[in-house]
Amino acid sequence: MFDKDRWKEIIEVLTSNLFRTILTAFGVFWGILILIILLAAGKGLENGIKSDFGDIATNTMFMWTRSTTKPYKGLPKGRNFRFKLEDVTSIRDNFSNLRFVSPRNQLGGFGGANNVIRGINAGAYNVYGDYPEIINQDPMSITAGRFINHSDIKEKRKIAIIGEGVKTGLYKKDEKVIGSYIKIQGVSFLVVGTYKKKSNGGDGEEGQKEIYVPFTSFLQAFNRADNVGWMAITANDGSSISDLKEGIVALVKEKRKVHPKDKRAVGHFDLYEQYNRVESLFGAMRFIAYFVGVLVLLSGIIGVSNIMLIVVKERTKEIGIRRALGEKPWSIKLQILMESIFLTITSGMAGITVGALFIYGINKVLEMNGPVDMFLNPSVSLGVVVSALLILVFSGLLAGFIPAQSAIKTRPIDAIRAE
Amino acid sequence: MIEIKDLHKSYKMGSNSLHVLKGINFSVEEGELVAIMGSSGSGKSTLLNILGMLDELDEGSYVLDGVPIKNLNETKAANYRNKFLGFVFQSFNLINYKSAMENVALPLYYQKVGRKERQEKALKYLEQVGLKEWATHLPNELSGGQKQRVAIARAMAAEPKVLLADEPTGALDSKTSYEVMDLIQKINDQGNTILIVTHEPDIADMCKRIVHLKDGVIIEDKKVEQVRAAQYV
Repeated sequence: MFDKDRWKEIIEVLTSNLFRTILTAFGVFWGILILIILLAAGKGLENGIKSDFGDIATNTMFMWTRSTTKPYKGLPKGRNFRFKLEDVTSIRDNFSNLRFVSPRNQLGGFGGANNVIRGINAGAYNVYGDYPEIINQDPMSITAGRFINHSDIKEKRKIAIIGEGVKTGLYKKDEKVIGSYIKIQGVSFLVVGTYKKKSNGGDGEEGQKEIYVPFTSFLQAFNRADNVGWMAITANDGSSISDLKEGIVALVKEKRKVHPKDKRAVGHFDLYEQYNRVESLFGAMRFIAYFVGVLVLLSGIIGVSNIMLIVVKERTKEIGIRRALGEKPWSIKLQILMESIFLTITSGMAGITVGALFIYGINKVLEMNGPVDMFLNPSVSLGVVVSALLILVFSGLLAGFIPAQSAIKTRPIDAIRAE
Repeated sequence: MIEIKDLHKSYKMGSNSLHVLKGINFSVEEGELVAIMGSSGSGKSTLLNILGMLDELDEGSYVLDGVPIKNLNETKAANYRNKFLGFVFQSFNLINYKSAMENVALPLYYQKVGRKERQEKALKYLEQVGLKEWATHLPNELSGGQKQRVAIARAMAAEPKVLLADEPTGALDSKTSYEVMDLIQKINDQGNTILIVTHEPDIADMCKRIVHLKDGVIIEDKKVEQVRAAQYV
């Protein structure tokens, strides 16, 4: 295989008609380049959209209450009800593979009236009563101070963590935020931290205008007894929240005396299902990229086998002479196969190299011009490149096999007589 | 060296078959220089091709140096050709992108002779045919006579038992023809067995034995007084 003379011969044959060789190689080169660029573009789009999801724990569901639509156990339909804190405990007790169960309460809402006052400034903000775990489900980075901790929950401290948007609304520039007090619906809270959320699509601005206070303090300050507004539930990595959803909803229906078949009473939203939908879209995109790329590659390979057929035809006489001089058929076959494999691999490698440079260049441009919406870090996995290379070797073999077979099938005397 | 008994060969041409060789009995001793003569279509080239294992016989037997040549697969045939036979063709059949030396070294390459030894041997044979200083030239830089001499050197390089030449002078003028024949005679003088197919009587006269073929049968097989080609050169 690593015979110097054989390699010399391969080079001689391929360079004897250089223009034709280059044209042929270009077919394979182009095929693999298109494949790589298509896959990289798909991956870039995928990365871009996935980064819009941010670090939100995607294995999460949200659950809230609405009014009942069916009478049950003597209770009328159209009844309003709330989750209770004990529901949280029983969800935790009944489902072992849940990572976080965070009860939440909320004040204000989109377009609500002013509810927060500081000195002469006032603003309308969403105020959440939360447990410390919420930072894992709805990630934010703490820019100053700290987030809620369990002592705050236990001692019902009246503290608040405010968003950067709240800070700009209520404070002057360079004013000290931490240690100051804000009044939420007439109750004073001590500001202990500020946060910033990663931009999440269009509601990036809204995400910075939120105030987080300890869940227990919220209940007490705003007279919520043991009511829970809604819940954010995250499953462990191994199990899917979509599978657990039914059971959790059924459990809280049972606890809240809601008819088991009342579909409207408990509202829920499953981030994982949503995420999966996007995922399957990417699956389809990847499929298209592979499909188109492989077809383009295939046409390149057909080009190679076509040319090999012509090359062998042209060399019929030469092959006849070689056989008369005593070259064995497998040696001729090996020669032709190696020529075609060499041609496909070399041009394939060139395609991969140029493709890699192209991706590198795109990344450089993206880096220099700042992030582009829905496009991030286009890349191709090494596995894909390696399998593309394997396909090339295999198809090079295939492309050479037919002409090689026909080369040794002709009787040497007919081959020598051929002109 | 060569023994042929009752050799038949026919070619299928569409629906009817053409009986080319109709029972040839023929043997050649070591060191002979045989001319096979006949008009075109007499079957002389077919006979040579069968002797050279480039074609298969239909009937009869062929024994080469004690080895029966029968039912060979291509690999075995290639092996025997390489070991036993050297070919010289009318149209030289050199490989045109290889230099004279590489052409001569080719049969040695198929014998898996080492690179260095191959080159040495090739040069030695080129020197014998008087073309040592042309070793690095490509065939299209050589004249017809030179090409044929390279081809002869190539045929001799593997040190074959029998040298088969199919109209070796057919594409050459008479002066170069005699030069080539002179070379062939010298090789024969060293004890090599040579078969030449030709239709030129003067070339045939330079052999030691003339076999006449007509319509697929041997009509004459005679030993002749050899005319030395050297006197014409």
